[in-house]
This record gives sequence, C-alpha cells and structure tokens, in this order.
Amino acid sequence: MMFPKFLVEAGQRTLLVTALKTTLAAGALLLSCPSILWSSGEKQVAIDNFAFSPKTLTVEPGTRVTWTNEDDIPHTIVLTDGSIRSKTLDSEDTFSYRFDKAGTYQYICGLHPHMRGEVVVR
Amino acid sequence: MSRDDMAQDRRGFLKCMSWAGTAALWTMTGGVPRSHLIGPAEAAPSGFTFAQVSDSHIGFNKPVNTDTAATFAQALAQVTALPEEPSFLIHTGDLTHLSTPSEFDTAAQILAGAKLQAYTVPGEHDVLEEDRRSYLNRYGKGTKGDGWYSFDANGVHFIGLVNVVNLQGAGLGNLGHEQLEWLEDDVAHLTASTPIVVFAHIPLWIVAENWGWGTEDGAQALDYLKRFGSVTVLNGHIHQIMQKIEGHVAFHTARSTAFPQGRPGVAKGPGPMPVPPGQLKNFLGTTKVTLVRNDTPLAIVDTPLAG
Repeated sequence: MMFPKFLVEAGQRTLLVTALKTTLAAGALLLSCPSILWSSGEKQVAIDNFAFSPKTLTVEPGTRVTWTNEDDIPHTIVLTDGSIRSKTLDSEDTFSYRFDKAGTYQYICGLHPHMRGEVVVR
Repeated sequence: MSRDDMAQDRRGFLKCMSWAGTAALWTMTGGVPRSHLIGPAEAAPSGFTFAQVSDSHIGFNKPVNTDTAATFAQALAQVTALPEEPSFLIHTGDLTHLSTPSEFDTAAQILAGAKLQAYTVPGEHDVLEEDRRSYLNRYGKGTKGDGWYSFDANGVHFIGLVNVVNLQGAGLGNLGHEQLEWLEDDVAHLTASTPIVVFAHIPLWIVAENWGWGTEDGAQALDYLKRFGSVTVLNGHIHQIMQKIEGHVAFHTARSTAFPQGRPGVAKGPGPMPVPPGQLKNFLGTTKVTLVRNDTPLAIVDTPLAG
C-alpha cells in the first residue's frame, strides 16, 4: 500500500518531533481525505414517507451507505439479488453497508416492496 | 361489468351492511353474510355471527396512538358486550408491530380475554423474522405452508390465506404457487352453493397499486372461487374501510384497532395518519356503510365512536 510507505519516508527525512507531527497530520489526512486510495466515505439515505431519498445514490467504491428510517412504520433494506437483507428498522433505526465493488445495486423495502432505490458504485 | 350486470349478479347477496370502526360483526342469514355496526345501539342479531378485528399493531407507540393494547382490548370488549355473542373472532393480521415475543404475548393475552375462538392470519408485521417462527409457533398449528388453512362453520367454508411472505419488487402482496394450488384443491369438492368467506391481511383486490395495497396473484385465487354463489373477502392492512362488489364476490377491508391510515390519492403516503389530539377514537370510530337496496350504490355514513 502506498500510503503507509509515504508515512515512513516522511519520518525518515525529519527530526523525531516533526516526524510525529507529520505522522499525525498524515493520519488526519487518511481519515479526512481518503479518496487517495479508496473511498471510506459515508453517504446517507433517508427513508421518509415510504420512499428512499435519494432514490439513486452514486458513490465511489468503499463508501459506507447508511439508511435511516424516519417513518413511523418499520422498513427493511433488501437487495433485489438477495445478497443483503437488513434487520427490521423501527423508527430512527439505521442500517449501514459498505459497497466495495463497482456496480448497480437495486434494493427494495422487504415490507413495502413498492419502495425501490439503487446504489450506483463507480 | 356494467352496473346492471352487477345488480343482477348480486341477486340479493348483500342487502344491508354496516360497519363499526373497531370491529365488524358478521351475521350469516340463509348463507348470506351481512355485517353490522357494533355499538351500544346494535340490536341483537339472530343466527350465526362472527366478528372481525384487524391491525392491532401491538407494540406500536407513536403519538397517534401510544396505547394500542388498550384500543385493541376496547375493540374486543365491544364484541363481547354484544347481546348475542359471536361464535368466533377473525383477526386479519398485524397482531403485532415488530413480531417480538413480548408483543405476541401481549396480543395473545388480550385476545384470550375475549374468551372467543380466534382465527388469525399473519400481517407483514407478524412475520418480520426470517423463519417466521414467532407467528407460526403460536398460530401455525394445523395450518399449511406459512399459515394458511380452512375450516367450516355453520355451513360456511372459511379460508385463511397468507399474502405477506416473500414480497417481491412488484410491490404487492403475494400468495404464491403452492398456496394457490392448495386453494384450488381445498374448494374442489365443495358445492357451488356453499358460502365462502376468504380472509387475508392484504386486500386480495388492487386498492392502490402504487402503495402496494393489493395482491399480485389475488385474481388467480378469485378465479378458483368464481363458481361459488356467495364469496366474501375480508382483509385488513389499509386501516380503513373500503368495499367493492364484483359479481358474486364482496370485498371488504376493516379498520385498524390501532391507528388510521390515509386515503389513496389524498394522503401523501400510506403511513399512520396523524389525527388531532384526543380525536383518535373518532377516527377509529364508526363508519357505517349500508347497501340499502340491490340496485343502489353503497351509502356511507360516518358516525364518531367517541362522544
């Protein structure tokens, strides 16, 4: 992996204290600007009034998508290919899944299958 | 089908129906089911009767109704307070809100309090677990598949169907091939004069397709019943009264004992409908629907239960 190697080289070229600061700064960079290697970003989908919002979410590979049920009625997240099925989400409950591979992931609510959404990973 | 055809086909099938907000009482007179308003003014019916309650949603606790156990118990108390006690209860699903053991316990305790035989079918809220065991362990004895069954009472053939399992992307309720085959076989040996009552959670007819209020293969089930002279289909799920008569088949949906839902085409979505503070029982209260004569449309009279 490139990023850790960069950290080591940076440390070698500097005094100990500076190296530590650099490492911390780089660490912060890793957390806050992660698109250098892969996305570890977060995206939100709201479940509101029996609909997913946004209905189509486009993300980079590695993005963690979190659904939050803002309805008074429980919902679930079920990928139509059957590969993912959330627990039942009561009001305010959340479900998260990290999409690592590129593709189009269509999903429904298993309780109200007229509710449809998709996550496009590219 | 034209209005004239419908009037001809009904042949006096339903002469007078009325509905209560929290429970509907059904009377079979000469093989013809009639529903009655359940309320203090209800005159004692004669003959064979049963009651329908629906969508008790035990465990639901939102501002619109923070005590669904109390409203469920109240609905059953109305039933048992009738001058002539019905022979049994039918609960058309969503006993619980989240299928938890404690919700099923509470629902069972309240049902037991009515001291009436209760026939149930699951709603989608009763089968939230993958294996659906919480529902089936309690109510699955003697049933087939996901909990469907039939029984006979007073010359009427009752059929409880399950259309809330394996819901697919088409968005509607689903009976499935296995259940449909069972149904075809179940009614094969009945004479066409046998009155049929079908009960299931999601309406077997399409009420609002964009909200998933209907059953994808419901028409197939009804096809197996078309030779019968009297078919009554009782559903829940939509938390409001709707009815339709098509040929020999009368469709009814019951209100919830827990909370009202909006009307298709009016409300922005199919969820719980907020009501003004203190007004819940008005909304769970009585909507009386009467078919005055065979050749007249249904007359709808709203009467609040409270006050």
